[in-house]
Amino acid sequence: MADVTMRVWRGDSTGGDFADYTMPAVEGEVVLDVLHRIQAGPAPDLACRWNCKAGKCGSCSAEINGMPRLMCMTRMDELPTEEPVVVAPMKTFPIIRDLVTDVSFNYVMARQLPPLKPRAPEADGTYRMQQVDVERGQEFRKCIECFLCQNVCHVIRDHEENKPNYAGPRLFIRYMELESHPLDTNDRRELLRQRMGIGLCNITKCCTEVCPEHIKITDNAIIPLKERVVDSSYDPIAWLGRKILRRTKRGAVEVAQDAPAFTAPTSEDRLERQTLPVMVGTAVGAGNPSTAASAGPGAGPAEAAGGTGPTAAGDPFGTDAGA
Amino acid sequence: MACCRVDRTGRRPGEPGGSEPEKEDKPGVSTIDDVKPIPVTIGGVRGGPAVRTLRRDPWWKSPAFTFVVLTLFVAYTVWAVFQNADYFVGISQHRDLISPLYSPCIVGSCVPGSHGTFLVLHWWMLTPALIGLSGPGLFRSTCYYYRKAYYRSFWQSPPGCAVADGHKRYTGESRFPLILQNIHRYAWYVAIAWNVILTIDAIMAYRLPGDGGIGVSVGSLVLTANAAALWMYSLSCHACRHVTGGHVNEFSKAPIRHRLWKVVSKLNAIHMQFAWVSLFVVVIADAYVRMVAAGWFTDPKLF
Ligand code: SF4
Ligand code: SF4
Ligand code: FES
Ligand code: FES
Repeated sequence: MADVTMRVWRGDSTGGDFADYTMPAVEGEVVLDVLHRIQAGPAPDLACRWNCKAGKCGSCSAEINGMPRLMCMTRMDELPTEEPVVVAPMKTFPIIRDLVTDVSFNYVMARQLPPLKPRAPEADGTYRMQQVDVERGQEFRKCIECFLCQNVCHVIRDHEENKPNYAGPRLFIRYMELESHPLDTNDRRELLRQRMGIGLCNITKCCTEVCPEHIKITDNAIIPLKERVVDSSYDPIAWLGRKILRRTKRGAVEVAQDAPAFTAPTSEDRLERQTLPVMVGTAVGAGNPSTAASAGPGAGPAEAAGGTGPTAAGDPFGTDAGA
Repeated sequence: MACCRVDRTGRRPGEPGGSEPEKEDKPGVSTIDDVKPIPVTIGGVRGGPAVRTLRRDPWWKSPAFTFVVLTLFVAYTVWAVFQNADYFVGISQHRDLISPLYSPCIVGSCVPGSHGTFLVLHWWMLTPALIGLSGPGLFRSTCYYYRKAYYRSFWQSPPGCAVADGHKRYTGESRFPLILQNIHRYAWYVAIAWNVILTIDAIMAYRLPGDGGIGVSVGSLVLTANAAALWMYSLSCHACRHVTGGHVNEFSKAPIRHRLWKVVSKLNAIHMQFAWVSLFVVVIADAYVRMVAAGWFTDPKLF
């Protein structure tokens, strides 16, 4: 069979460039397979994350021929091989090395997410939910946290300065799941509007286009959230209804402090560790041995699992909803 | 970073009260800007080359197509609006057909016969299409789907997925004027009223005065298709999906709204298709009425 040329980004925070590796083509391979053969051959120090090779762990996100995709789910035979196959790291997050990026932004935003606040249980001490009540949220639980949607979203991809005020599509689905949760009593709408950037999204749907789990992020989470924010902030009739029924909406400041970052803060939340400058500014991996990208030459395939992000207290991505 | 250190109640160290982080009633925290629990480090070095995009597929095709079609549509509509003629086929041709762009015709400048008892704005002497288009124009321009379409194709924000948007600053729909997109729900209420009017127009189009009284002509079918397309478009709207049932959290307690929501959700999945179809159908309907009114041909009676 013919050869394939892989044009892979090699570099770290001090700079980098593409390197070409020409490998014999093997039938039925995915991009990740070829990278593994490159690691086993010409470039043993090539760093990339992977774990399951089945599109379920969300580790192997990269940009293949410019499109954010999972390397383990992109078959070589669907790519044009006349030209080199370009594999670059996700652009929106700081680079650690080669194809490995620091996705801790997503964990930071996750720790700011106010978790489920269930109403009081029924008289017998249990909660009961009907299937129809939880169906909507179940779609969102397919998320594998590949962060491809966060990566493709132009709000932060092209405008770094928006990051502190933008939860991003991956977390918008989590907000929607909780906001529409039958047991939840919290009200995150003002937080979404004032801090989490629901108004920054301009519903251009790139997140939906790249989601490997085919979650209808924009249609089923972001737009419904925008409509709920309209209820709470922009709709005079809804405002009148709230006045008459004496319902109050919760303020953003108050809700923000329900988040794990406040209720169960980690050292990060207390600013005791300076995340990024230390990690990417110096020699890669220094002081952070858990980052597999620090593997030196000859260390074999770097198999950094997706866990370089700080461990969050309170399970911010939440397996707590019980849906 | 040192300048901006805050403890978890949002107070800078040294500020009064900043030393009891356990107290949860957070005095001193007044706006969300004071709440800075975790630093998001911005400005990290990114990987990959500094190019606009690495995509090699023809990603520009779809925004270019949208650009061309929407531009043509706007150009045609502007032309048709300021034409201020040939929008009504009346009794002289044994028909009652009005262009959807000019309905409801409720102003002083309407040609005789084109308005029923609704003549309200006697003093309005500009083209009636400005009224006729106000509601649908507002509805379409704030539609979630069209927003996506024109943000991508006209505003290039972003032009395509993983293609850099060229703007220096970006505030999305969080500031004036784009924050006004949030009125879409009200535009939807207005659009429903318009649909009722256009449906009446379509029903009236089955009157063939002096040509058998009641019957079916190509014109009546065109106006019926127009009304149907607009109903499908507006019933598949995201705002419709929210107000009919999307706002409910416990569907088991609201079975009717749940059913409605399920129906609207089905339609909503193909909202984009309805958006385009209804756009074309409106143009076809206007052009058809216009050609008949201008006397290019007569509206054939079918039965
Ligand atoms: S739809 Fe919104 S969240 Fe999704 S990629 Fe576009 S701007 Fe980002
Ligand atoms: S929503 Fe989809 S694209 Fe985003 S992190 Fe989850 S699986 Fe990945
Ligand atoms: S290795 Fe690709 S998703 Fe797990
Ligand atoms: S009309 Fe398109 S979303 Fe409402």
